[in-house]
Amino acid sequence: MALAKRIIPCLDVTAGRVVKGVNFLELRDAGDPVEIAKRYDDQGADEVTFLDITASSDERDVILHVIEAVASQVFIPLTVGGGVRKVDDVRRLLNAGADKVSINTTAVTNPEVVRDAAARFGSQAIVVAIDAKQVSLPGEPLRWEVFTHGGRKHTGLDAVEWAKKMQAYGAGEILLTSMDRDGTKIGFNLPLTRAVSDAVDIPVIASGGVGNLQHLVDGVIEGHADAVLAASIFHFGEYTVRQAKEAMRAAGIEVRL
Amino acid sequence: MPDVVVIDYGVGNLYSVQRSLEHCGATVTVTSDHDVILAAPRVVLPGVGAFDSAMNALQQLGLVPVIQALANKGTPLLGICLGMQLLLDESEEFGLTKGLGLIPGRVVPIPAQTIAGDIQKIPHIGWNALEPACATNDWQGTILDHVTPGDAVYFVHSFMAVPSSEESRLANCDYGGHKIAAVIGRANVIGCQFHPEKSGETGLKILKKFCNA
Repeated sequence: MALAKRIIPCLDVTAGRVVKGVNFLELRDAGDPVEIAKRYDDQGADEVTFLDITASSDERDVILHVIEAVASQVFIPLTVGGGVRKVDDVRRLLNAGADKVSINTTAVTNPEVVRDAAARFGSQAIVVAIDAKQVSLPGEPLRWEVFTHGGRKHTGLDAVEWAKKMQAYGAGEILLTSMDRDGTKIGFNLPLTRAVSDAVDIPVIASGGVGNLQHLVDGVIEGHADAVLAASIFHFGEYTVRQAKEAMRAAGIEVRL
Repeated sequence: MPDVVVIDYGVGNLYSVQRSLEHCGATVTVTSDHDVILAAPRVVLPGVGAFDSAMNALQQLGLVPVIQALANKGTPLLGICLGMQLLLDESEEFGLTKGLGLIPGRVVPIPAQTIAGDIQKIPHIGWNALEPACATNDWQGTILDHVTPGDAVYFVHSFMAVPSSEESRLANCDYGGHKIAAVIGRANVIGCQFHPEKSGETGLKILKKFCNA
Protein backbone atom coordinates (compact mmCIF):
# COMPACT_ATOMS: atom_id res chain seq x y z
CA MET A 1 0.00 0.00 0.00
CA ALA A 2 1.13 3.50 -0.74
CA LEU A 3 -0.35 6.65 0.71
CA ALA A 4 -4.11 6.23 0.84
CA LYS A 5 -6.56 8.74 -0.60
CA ARG A 6 -8.65 10.07 2.23
CA ILE A 7 -12.37 10.31 2.80
CA ILE A 8 -13.30 13.15 5.10
CA PRO A 9 -16.85 13.59 6.33
CA CYS A 10 -17.57 17.24 7.05
CA LEU A 11 -19.80 18.44 9.84
CA ASP A 12 -21.25 21.94 9.74
CA VAL A 13 -21.72 22.92 13.36
CA THR A 14 -23.76 25.73 14.85
CA ALA A 15 -24.60 26.21 18.53
CA GLY A 16 -23.14 22.78 19.25
CA ARG A 17 -25.28 20.86 16.72
CA VAL A 18 -24.48 19.45 13.30
CA VAL A 19 -26.57 20.96 10.51
CA LYS A 20 -26.63 20.66 6.75
CA GLY A 21 -27.95 23.16 4.26
CA VAL A 22 -28.31 23.50 0.52
CA ASN A 23 -26.28 26.33 -1.00
CA PHE A 24 -25.67 27.69 2.50
CA LEU A 25 -29.44 28.02 3.10
CA GLU A 26 -32.22 25.87 4.56
CA LEU A 27 -30.31 24.41 7.50
CA ARG A 28 -31.52 21.02 8.72
CA ASP A 29 -30.56 19.49 12.06
CA ALA A 30 -28.37 16.43 11.51
CA GLY A 31 -27.41 15.55 15.09
CA ASP A 32 -24.86 15.54 17.90
CA PRO A 33 -21.25 16.18 16.80
CA VAL A 34 -19.62 13.66 19.14
CA GLU A 35 -22.03 10.90 18.20
CA ILE A 36 -21.66 11.57 14.48
CA ALA A 37 -17.86 11.88 14.60
CA LYS A 38 -17.69 8.59 16.50
CA ARG A 39 -19.93 6.87 13.99
CA TYR A 40 -17.70 8.07 11.15
CA ASP A 41 -14.58 6.89 12.98
CA ASP A 42 -16.18 3.46 13.38
CA GLN A 43 -17.01 3.42 9.67
CA GLY A 44 -13.37 4.11 8.81
CA ALA A 45 -13.35 7.84 8.12
CA ASP A 46 -9.77 9.02 7.66
CA GLU A 47 -10.39 12.39 9.29
CA VAL A 48 -13.32 14.53 10.33
CA THR A 49 -13.71 18.20 9.51
CA PHE A 50 -15.87 20.60 11.49
CA LEU A 51 -16.97 23.88 10.02
CA ASP A 52 -18.23 26.28 12.63
CA ILE A 53 -20.99 28.19 10.88
CA THR A 54 -22.11 29.98 14.02
CA ALA A 55 -23.12 33.46 12.98
CA SER A 56 -22.93 35.33 16.26
CA SER A 57 -19.51 35.93 17.76
CA ASP A 58 -20.62 35.47 21.38
CA GLU A 59 -21.39 31.81 20.62
CA ARG A 60 -17.96 31.20 19.11
CA ASP A 61 -16.56 29.37 22.12
CA VAL A 62 -19.18 26.63 21.81
CA ILE A 63 -17.04 25.04 19.10
CA LEU A 64 -14.13 24.72 21.55
CA HIS A 65 -16.25 22.54 23.80
CA VAL A 66 -17.44 20.51 20.83
CA ILE A 67 -13.84 19.87 19.76
CA GLU A 68 -12.77 18.95 23.29
CA ALA A 69 -15.63 16.48 23.58
CA VAL A 70 -14.90 14.90 20.19
CA ALA A 71 -11.11 14.77 20.72
CA SER A 72 -11.59 12.84 23.97
CA GLN A 73 -13.37 10.05 22.18
CA VAL A 74 -12.31 10.05 18.57
CA PHE A 75 -8.66 9.31 17.78
CA ILE A 76 -8.37 10.32 14.15
CA PRO A 77 -7.34 13.73 12.83
CA LEU A 78 -9.77 16.58 13.39
CA THR A 79 -9.85 19.77 11.35
CA VAL A 80 -11.79 22.83 12.41
CA GLY A 81 -12.64 25.89 10.41
CA GLY A 82 -15.00 28.82 10.46
CA GLY A 83 -14.55 32.22 12.03
CA VAL A 84 -10.77 31.97 12.42
CA ARG A 85 -9.53 35.57 12.46
CA LYS A 86 -6.36 35.66 14.52
CA VAL A 87 -3.37 33.46 15.25
CA ASP A 88 -4.76 33.19 18.75
CA ASP A 89 -7.98 31.63 17.39
CA VAL A 90 -5.79 28.95 15.79
CA ARG A 91 -4.00 28.37 19.08
CA ARG A 92 -7.25 27.98 21.01
CA LEU A 93 -8.65 25.46 18.52
CA LEU A 94 -5.43 23.42 18.52
CA ASN A 95 -5.38 23.44 22.31
CA ALA A 96 -8.96 22.20 22.36
CA GLY A 97 -7.84 19.12 20.43
CA ALA A 98 -7.97 20.11 16.75
CA ASP A 99 -5.08 18.84 14.65
CA LYS A 100 -5.56 21.32 11.85
CA VAL A 101 -7.26 24.65 11.58
CA SER A 102 -8.80 25.80 8.36
CA ILE A 103 -8.60 29.50 7.47
CA ASN A 104 -10.88 30.93 4.82
CA THR A 105 -12.01 34.57 4.77
CA THR A 106 -9.14 35.76 6.97
CA ALA A 107 -6.63 34.25 4.54
CA VAL A 108 -7.92 36.76 2.00
CA THR A 109 -8.37 39.77 4.26
CA ASN A 110 -5.18 39.21 6.24
CA PRO A 111 -2.90 36.56 4.67
CA GLU A 112 -0.23 37.25 7.28
CA VAL A 113 -2.36 35.23 9.69
CA VAL A 114 -1.68 32.17 7.52
CA ARG A 115 2.03 32.90 7.45
CA ASP A 116 2.23 33.57 11.19
CA ALA A 117 0.12 30.57 12.15
CA ALA A 118 2.15 28.25 9.90
CA ALA A 119 5.39 29.60 11.34
CA ARG A 120 4.15 29.14 14.88
CA PHE A 121 2.27 25.84 14.70
CA GLY A 122 3.77 24.28 11.58
CA SER A 123 2.31 23.98 8.09
CA GLN A 124 0.79 20.62 8.95
CA ALA A 125 -1.67 22.42 11.24
CA ILE A 126 -2.78 25.03 8.71
CA VAL A 127 -5.36 24.37 6.01
CA VAL A 128 -6.41 27.19 3.73
CA ALA A 129 -10.02 26.84 2.61
CA ILE A 130 -10.80 28.27 -0.79
CA ASP A 131 -14.37 28.82 -1.92
CA ALA A 132 -14.24 29.15 -5.69
CA LYS A 133 -16.81 29.95 -8.32
CA GLN A 134 -16.51 29.69 -12.06
CA VAL A 135 -16.41 33.19 -13.57
CA SER A 136 -15.49 32.43 -17.19
CA LEU A 137 -18.28 32.71 -19.71
CA PRO A 138 -19.20 29.86 -22.05
CA GLY A 139 -16.58 29.60 -24.78
CA GLU A 140 -13.90 31.36 -22.70
CA PRO A 141 -10.97 29.48 -21.13
CA LEU A 142 -12.08 28.20 -17.71
CA ARG A 143 -11.43 30.58 -14.85
CA TRP A 144 -12.45 30.48 -11.19
CA GLU A 145 -12.37 33.20 -8.58
CA VAL A 146 -12.21 33.15 -4.81
CA PHE A 147 -15.29 34.10 -2.81
CA THR A 148 -15.40 34.79 0.92
CA HIS A 149 -17.95 35.28 3.67
CA GLY A 150 -19.68 32.00 2.96
CA GLY A 151 -19.72 32.63 -0.77
CA ARG A 152 -21.30 36.07 -0.68
CA LYS A 153 -18.26 38.23 -1.32
CA HIS A 154 -16.39 38.33 -4.59
CA THR A 155 -12.64 38.94 -4.17
CA GLY A 156 -11.47 39.06 -7.80
CA LEU A 157 -8.65 36.64 -6.91
CA ASP A 158 -7.91 33.83 -9.32
CA ALA A 159 -8.46 30.56 -7.43
CA VAL A 160 -5.47 28.71 -8.92
CA GLU A 161 -3.07 31.61 -8.31
CA TRP A 162 -4.47 32.04 -4.82
CA ALA A 163 -3.83 28.39 -3.97
CA LYS A 164 -0.20 28.75 -5.09
CA LYS A 165 0.19 31.90 -3.02
CA MET A 166 -1.25 30.22 0.07
CA GLN A 167 1.18 27.34 -0.35
CA ALA A 168 3.99 29.92 -0.39
CA TYR A 169 2.56 31.45 2.78
CA GLY A 170 2.86 28.11 4.54
CA ALA A 171 -0.50 26.38 4.08
CA GLY A 172 -0.10 22.63 4.55
CA GLU A 173 -3.25 21.71 2.64
CA ILE A 174 -5.91 23.32 0.47
CA LEU A 175 -9.58 22.63 1.14
CA LEU A 176 -11.14 23.51 -2.18
CA THR A 177 -14.89 24.03 -2.31
CA SER A 178 -16.74 24.68 -5.52
CA MET A 179 -19.43 27.18 -4.57
CA ASP A 180 -21.36 26.38 -7.74
CA ARG A 181 -21.63 22.78 -6.67
CA ASP A 182 -21.96 22.92 -2.90
CA GLY A 183 -25.16 21.17 -1.83
CA THR A 184 -26.21 20.37 -5.40
CA LYS A 185 -25.25 16.68 -5.38
CA ILE A 186 -24.17 16.78 -9.01
CA GLY A 187 -20.50 16.07 -8.32
CA PHE A 188 -17.29 18.02 -7.78
CA ASN A 189 -16.25 20.73 -10.19
CA LEU A 190 -13.56 18.50 -11.70
CA PRO A 191 -11.77 21.02 -13.95
CA LEU A 192 -11.39 23.36 -10.96
CA THR A 193 -10.19 20.57 -8.69
CA ARG A 194 -7.67 19.36 -11.25
CA ALA A 195 -6.40 22.88 -12.03
CA VAL A 196 -5.70 23.61 -8.37
CA SER A 197 -4.37 20.16 -7.51
CA ASP A 198 -1.92 20.20 -10.41
CA ALA A 199 -0.77 23.73 -9.58
CA VAL A 200 0.31 23.11 -5.98
CA ASP A 201 2.62 20.62 -4.28
CA ILE A 202 0.55 20.36 -1.11
CA PRO A 203 -2.46 18.04 -0.78
CA VAL A 204 -5.81 19.25 -2.07
CA ILE A 205 -9.09 18.21 -0.49
CA ALA A 206 -12.00 18.39 -2.94
CA SER A 207 -15.32 19.59 -1.63
CA GLY A 208 -18.72 20.66 -2.82
CA GLY A 209 -21.31 18.75 -4.77
CA VAL A 210 -20.95 15.09 -3.81
CA GLY A 211 -24.19 13.21 -4.42
CA ASN A 212 -23.03 9.66 -4.97
CA LEU A 213 -19.97 7.44 -4.61
CA GLN A 214 -18.88 7.80 -8.22
CA HIS A 215 -18.43 11.51 -7.53
CA LEU A 216 -15.84 10.66 -4.88
CA VAL A 217 -14.03 8.38 -7.34
CA ASP A 218 -14.11 11.12 -9.98
CA GLY A 219 -12.68 13.66 -7.54
CA VAL A 220 -9.57 11.53 -7.14
CA ILE A 221 -9.17 10.11 -10.64
CA GLU A 222 -10.36 13.05 -12.73
CA GLY A 223 -9.84 15.86 -10.23
CA HIS A 224 -6.45 14.61 -8.95
CA ALA A 225 -7.59 15.32 -5.40
CA ASP A 226 -5.64 13.81 -2.50
CA ALA A 227 -8.72 13.66 -0.31
CA VAL A 228 -12.45 14.03 -0.80
CA LEU A 229 -14.81 15.72 1.58
CA ALA A 230 -18.55 15.17 1.77
CA ALA A 231 -21.31 15.91 4.20
CA SER A 232 -24.89 15.13 3.34
CA ILE A 233 -24.39 11.74 1.68
CA PHE A 234 -23.03 10.53 5.01
CA HIS A 235 -25.19 12.46 7.47
CA PHE A 236 -28.50 11.29 6.19
CA GLY A 237 -27.36 7.69 5.96
CA GLU A 238 -27.44 7.43 2.18
CA TYR A 239 -24.00 5.86 2.23
CA THR A 240 -21.53 4.80 4.88
CA VAL A 241 -17.89 5.84 4.73
CA ARG A 242 -17.05 2.17 4.34
CA GLN A 243 -19.22 1.89 1.23
CA ALA A 244 -17.50 4.95 -0.14
CA LYS A 245 -14.10 3.37 0.44
CA GLU A 246 -15.16 0.12 -1.16
CA ALA A 247 -16.33 2.04 -4.22
CA MET A 248 -12.99 3.84 -4.38
CA ARG A 249 -11.03 0.63 -3.98
CA ALA A 250 -13.11 -1.00 -6.71
CA ALA A 251 -12.11 1.89 -8.95
CA GLY A 252 -8.44 1.13 -8.27
CA ILE A 253 -7.85 3.89 -5.73
CA GLU A 254 -5.65 3.15 -2.72
CA VAL A 255 -7.73 3.50 0.46
CA ARG A 256 -7.45 2.46 4.09
CA LEU A 257 -10.03 -0.25 4.69
CA MET B 1 -2.74 1.71 36.38
CA PRO B 2 0.36 2.41 34.30
CA ASP B 3 1.83 5.88 34.60
CA VAL B 4 3.06 7.86 31.66
CA VAL B 5 4.72 11.23 31.68
CA VAL B 6 4.29 13.37 28.58
CA ILE B 7 7.03 15.97 28.27
CA ASP B 8 5.59 19.45 27.88
CA TYR B 9 8.07 21.83 26.28
CA GLY B 10 5.61 24.29 24.83
CA VAL B 11 5.60 22.86 21.32
CA GLY B 12 2.25 21.81 19.94
CA ASN B 13 -0.90 20.49 21.39
CA LEU B 14 -0.66 17.66 23.88
CA TYR B 15 -4.39 17.21 24.42
CA SER B 16 -4.81 14.32 21.98
CA VAL B 17 -1.64 12.56 23.13
CA GLN B 18 -2.85 12.77 26.71
CA ARG B 19 -6.42 11.68 25.94
CA SER B 20 -5.37 8.74 23.81
CA LEU B 21 -3.00 7.45 26.52
CA GLU B 22 -5.80 7.84 29.07
CA HIS B 23 -8.07 5.93 26.72
CA CYS B 24 -5.48 3.11 26.93
CA GLY B 25 -5.89 3.09 30.71
CA ALA B 26 -2.84 5.13 31.66
CA THR B 27 -2.63 7.81 34.31
CA VAL B 28 -0.98 10.65 32.45
CA THR B 29 1.09 13.54 33.77
CA VAL B 30 1.97 16.36 31.38
CA THR B 31 4.97 18.26 32.69
CA SER B 32 8.37 19.82 32.11
CA ASP B 33 9.48 19.13 35.69
CA HIS B 34 12.85 17.36 35.63
CA ASP B 35 12.31 15.28 38.76
CA VAL B 36 8.87 14.08 37.68
CA ILE B 37 10.21 13.11 34.27
CA LEU B 38 13.27 11.33 35.71
CA ALA B 39 11.08 9.35 38.14
CA ALA B 40 8.57 8.28 35.47
CA PRO B 41 8.19 4.59 34.58
CA ARG B 42 7.75 5.60 30.92
CA VAL B 43 7.94 8.85 29.02
CA VAL B 44 6.48 10.23 25.80
CA LEU B 45 8.29 12.95 23.86
CA PRO B 46 5.68 14.52 21.56
CA GLY B 47 6.26 17.31 19.08
CA VAL B 48 5.06 19.10 16.01
CA GLY B 49 6.60 21.97 14.09
CA ALA B 50 10.21 22.77 13.36
CA PHE B 51 13.21 20.77 14.59
CA ASP B 52 15.34 23.75 15.60
CA SER B 53 12.66 25.52 17.62
CA ALA B 54 11.85 22.25 19.39
CA MET B 55 15.52 21.70 20.29
CA ASN B 56 15.74 25.31 21.46
CA ALA B 57 12.72 24.82 23.67
CA LEU B 58 14.17 21.62 25.16
CA GLN B 59 17.47 23.38 25.78
CA GLN B 60 15.86 26.39 27.42
CA LEU B 61 13.97 24.13 29.79
CA GLY B 62 17.12 22.17 30.56
CA LEU B 63 15.46 19.01 29.24
CA VAL B 64 18.20 17.75 26.91
CA PRO B 65 20.32 16.10 29.65
CA VAL B 66 17.13 14.90 31.36
CA ILE B 67 15.96 13.01 28.27
CA GLN B 68 19.47 11.66 27.67
CA ALA B 69 19.51 10.42 31.26
CA LEU B 70 16.19 8.62 30.73
CA ALA B 71 17.62 6.84 27.72
CA ASN B 72 20.73 5.81 29.67
CA LYS B 73 18.87 4.45 32.65
CA GLY B 74 16.56 2.31 30.54
CA THR B 75 13.25 4.16 30.93
CA PRO B 76 10.96 3.35 28.01
CA LEU B 77 10.92 6.52 25.91
CA LEU B 78 8.57 7.06 22.97
CA GLY B 79 9.14 9.95 20.58
CA ILE B 80 6.18 10.85 18.39
CA CYS B 81 6.48 12.60 15.00
CA LEU B 82 8.92 15.48 15.55
CA GLY B 83 9.60 13.91 18.95
CA MET B 84 10.94 10.88 17.06
CA GLN B 85 13.11 13.00 14.81
CA LEU B 86 14.63 14.74 17.84
CA LEU B 87 15.99 11.35 18.97
CA LEU B 88 18.52 11.36 16.14
CA ASP B 89 21.93 13.05 15.95
CA GLU B 90 21.01 15.95 13.72
CA SER B 91 18.50 17.40 11.26
CA GLU B 92 18.89 19.20 7.93
CA GLU B 93 15.72 21.24 8.56
CA PHE B 94 16.69 24.96 8.44
CA GLY B 95 20.43 24.31 8.22
CA LEU B 96 21.98 21.64 10.38
CA THR B 97 20.64 21.35 13.95
CA LYS B 98 21.93 18.99 16.58
CA GLY B 99 19.41 16.54 18.04
CA LEU B 100 19.35 14.42 21.19
CA GLY B 101 21.72 11.84 19.75
CA LEU B 102 19.94 8.81 21.21
CA ILE B 103 19.61 6.96 17.90
CA PRO B 104 22.49 7.43 15.45
CA GLY B 105 21.35 9.00 12.22
CA ARG B 106 20.12 12.12 10.51
CA VAL B 107 16.81 13.79 9.64
CA VAL B 108 16.56 14.77 5.96
CA PRO B 109 13.82 16.16 3.68
CA ILE B 110 11.41 13.65 2.13
CA PRO B 111 12.48 13.35 -1.53
CA ALA B 112 10.44 15.74 -3.69
CA GLN B 113 10.27 13.14 -6.43
CA THR B 114 9.08 9.56 -6.52
CA ILE B 115 11.53 6.79 -7.41
CA ALA B 116 10.06 6.98 -10.91
CA GLY B 117 10.95 10.68 -11.12
CA ASP B 118 7.46 12.17 -10.75
CA ILE B 119 6.90 15.12 -8.45
CA GLN B 120 5.26 14.04 -5.22
CA LYS B 121 3.37 16.09 -2.69
CA ILE B 122 5.11 17.25 0.46
CA PRO B 123 4.16 17.05 3.32
CA HIS B 124 3.44 13.34 3.37
CA ILE B 125 -0.04 13.62 4.85
CA GLY B 126 -2.43 10.77 5.41
CA TRP B 127 -2.76 7.08 6.13
CA ASN B 128 0.01 4.78 5.03
CA ALA B 129 0.73 1.13 5.73
CA LEU B 130 3.34 -0.15 8.17
CA GLU B 131 5.72 -2.66 6.63
CA PRO B 132 8.46 -4.64 8.38
CA ALA B 133 11.80 -2.96 7.76
CA CYS B 134 13.43 -6.21 6.63
CA ALA B 135 12.41 -9.74 5.81
CA THR B 136 13.70 -11.18 9.05
CA ASN B 137 12.09 -8.45 11.11
CA ASP B 138 9.83 -9.58 13.87
CA TRP B 139 7.48 -7.18 15.61
CA GLN B 140 6.77 -9.59 18.42
CA GLY B 141 7.63 -8.09 21.78
CA THR B 142 8.00 -4.60 20.30
CA ILE B 143 5.41 -1.82 20.41
CA LEU B 144 4.13 -3.21 17.11
CA ASP B 145 3.38 -6.53 18.82
CA HIS B 146 -0.35 -6.46 18.02
CA VAL B 147 -0.05 -4.67 14.69
CA THR B 148 -0.35 -6.57 11.41
CA PRO B 149 1.91 -5.59 8.50
CA GLY B 150 -0.23 -3.51 6.17
CA ASP B 151 -2.15 -1.79 8.95
CA ALA B 152 -2.33 1.92 8.19
CA VAL B 153 -1.42 4.79 10.49
CA TYR B 154 -1.63 8.56 10.14
CA PHE B 155 1.44 10.51 9.00
CA VAL B 156 2.01 14.26 8.70
CA HIS B 157 5.60 15.26 8.02
CA SER B 158 7.98 16.83 5.54
CA PHE B 159 11.24 15.44 6.93
CA MET B 160 12.20 11.85 7.61
CA ALA B 161 14.59 10.00 9.85
CA VAL B 162 17.45 8.06 8.30
CA PRO B 163 19.05 5.96 11.04
CA SER B 164 22.72 5.12 10.45
CA SER B 165 22.07 1.48 11.17
CA GLU B 166 19.37 -0.44 9.36
CA GLU B 167 18.93 -2.36 12.60
CA SER B 168 17.37 0.73 14.15
CA ARG B 169 14.44 0.46 11.72
CA LEU B 170 11.46 -1.52 12.93
CA ALA B 171 8.92 -0.47 10.31
CA ASN B 172 8.85 1.56 7.13
CA CYS B 173 6.15 2.97 4.93
CA ASP B 174 6.31 3.45 1.19
CA TYR B 175 5.99 6.95 -0.22
CA GLY B 176 6.59 7.24 -3.92
CA GLY B 177 8.78 4.16 -3.78
CA HIS B 178 10.94 5.58 -0.99
CA LYS B 179 11.15 3.64 2.25
CA ILE B 180 10.36 6.13 4.99
CA ALA B 181 11.26 5.12 8.54
CA ALA B 182 7.95 4.76 10.38
CA VAL B 183 9.13 3.19 13.63
CA ILE B 184 12.71 3.27 14.82
CA GLY B 185 14.23 2.00 18.03
CA ARG B 186 17.38 1.37 19.96
CA ALA B 187 17.04 -0.48 23.26
CA ASN B 188 14.49 1.41 25.38
CA VAL B 189 14.27 4.38 22.99
CA ILE B 190 11.52 4.17 20.38
CA GLY B 191 10.23 6.62 17.82
CA CYS B 192 7.07 6.72 15.70
CA GLN B 193 7.07 9.06 12.73
CA PHE B 194 3.27 8.78 12.51
CA HIS B 195 0.79 9.91 15.13
CA PRO B 196 -0.41 6.86 17.10
CA GLU B 197 -2.81 9.17 18.95
CA LYS B 198 -4.49 9.93 15.61
CA SER B 199 -4.27 6.50 14.02
CA GLY B 200 -7.54 5.02 15.22
CA GLU B 201 -7.52 1.45 16.55
CA THR B 202 -4.04 0.63 15.25
CA GLY B 203 -2.60 3.66 16.99
CA LEU B 204 -4.34 2.82 20.24
CA LYS B 205 -2.90 -0.73 20.10
CA ILE B 206 0.60 0.74 19.82
CA LEU B 207 0.06 3.13 22.72
CA LYS B 208 -1.46 0.40 24.84
CA LYS B 209 1.58 -1.78 24.25
CA PHE B 210 3.84 1.12 25.22
CA CYS B 211 1.81 1.76 28.38
CA ASN B 212 2.39 -1.83 29.42
CA ALA B 213 6.09 -1.79 28.60
